[in-house]
Amino acid sequence: MQWDWNYAADIMPRLLDGLVVTVSATLVGYLIAVVLGLAIALLRRSDNRAVSGTVRWIMEFIRSTPLLVQLFFIFFVLPSFGVVLSAFTAGVIGLGLHYAAYTSEVYRAGIEAVPKGQWEAATALSLSPGRTWFGVVLPQAVPKVIPALGNYLIAMFKDSPMLFGITVVEMLGAAYQIGAETFRYLEPMTIVGVLFVVVSIPASILFRYLERRYGH
Amino acid sequence: MATETGPVAAPGKGGDGDASKIIRFEKVVKRFGDNVVLRELDFDVSPGERVALIGPSGSGKTTILRLLMTLEKLNGGVIWVSGDPLSHMRKGDQLVTADEKHLRQVRQTIGMVFQQFNLFPNMNVLRNVTEAPIHVKGVARDEAETKARDLLNLVDLGDKYDAHPSQLSGGQQQRVAIARALAMEPKILLLDEVTSALDPELVAGVLDVLREIANTTDITMLFVTHEMRFARDVSHRVLMFDQGQIVESGPPDQIFSNPQEQRTRDFLHAIIEER
Repeated sequence: MQWDWNYAADIMPRLLDGLVVTVSATLVGYLIAVVLGLAIALLRRSDNRAVSGTVRWIMEFIRSTPLLVQLFFIFFVLPSFGVVLSAFTAGVIGLGLHYAAYTSEVYRAGIEAVPKGQWEAATALSLSPGRTWFGVVLPQAVPKVIPALGNYLIAMFKDSPMLFGITVVEMLGAAYQIGAETFRYLEPMTIVGVLFVVVSIPASILFRYLERRYGH
Repeated sequence: MATETGPVAAPGKGGDGDASKIIRFEKVVKRFGDNVVLRELDFDVSPGERVALIGPSGSGKTTILRLLMTLEKLNGGVIWVSGDPLSHMRKGDQLVTADEKHLRQVRQTIGMVFQQFNLFPNMNVLRNVTEAPIHVKGVARDEAETKARDLLNLVDLGDKYDAHPSQLSGGQQQRVAIARALAMEPKILLLDEVTSALDPELVAGVLDVLREIANTTDITMLFVTHEMRFARDVSHRVLMFDQGQIVESGPPDQIFSNPQEQRTRDFLHAIIEER
């Protein structure tokens, strides 16, 4: 089998459409994961045992089940309970929720690394809990965990082909469909691999830059 | 439970006998696990009085400051500040353990400077000092910054407003921490071994600032220190602690020149040997 440049050029637009879906699903999913992960990290430190305990078990459950199972559940099972979501919406919620379980651990480590003296100084100055979190603790905790959060963005990007399992035609899905139509898989699959690399590498360079910039 | 003063009369400047006490410990008990750090401790402090707490490490001195700053919860007794319960709150005519809201309110009259400075590394010097006035007291930013500059000048850091804590020496950081505590205009200033983490050559600068504050304000000060010279110069009264109890109490001249208790003599000897 020979590489066919003309064929590769022909299928490129469809693959790039797929790439747009992949990148947007990753970015929206990541936004959910980063925000929700922080909320979970804060809830897990709640003084209310019922709150912190419940959240902890939900996160444990999410981390112990495969992403694909969660996606199937959201897309195929929830409609029986009246929750009907588009494939893309179900996909980003699934990705976001799944990765929130991991980012919350990252935040937790960052928060625990803030010295006890910082909390005590905030108390001694009578800062409110909100101000202590957002003025003192998180501005110290978050920069330190930016690299770890960045790794999850790249991991999530690479997990995004699972959305094909719930009918989202992202990049891999597009390549598969092209292959099924033309019986040529070499070009589409190769291009998909290359495109993943082309996006991942600049992303990790960006995070390394952010790490140097903010993580002292 | 009345708020009248106990039998221990406080000598020194604020010693107007039975005038209302700004701090009063009443049978205060503090345990860490099985370790009893304070056992039914009674003592009180008059407004404007400066009290040095001395004694071997582990004798409970720092715990007293941490209880006053509400960083620790007590296991028994009551702490009163200006006649109001600090550790407790009134519920009808009963005293119940204080909740977080009560603590947040009562702790505003108290400021603390820590051994390890504990400046906020994510803020510059000026913001370290203005953070609490702006966000806790609702002072306007301009006003808070003007005041912060005055305080930073007072602690001799007039040229460091924009610096970050990591760019300062330990002595400078500690002076910022003093300015930060004073910015909240506390009635009581707690100083927890504020020079212990400093290189020897930086100690004098911090102590000079504290002397200045002692001489120019009537703020009540409680300080735990190993700087006996400083304690002698600045305090109205010295409390010698051992094993969670006051072994000896008196004006600095008496404690340092003519201690009555063997344990005080031993402690002072040990300190002098060390130097």
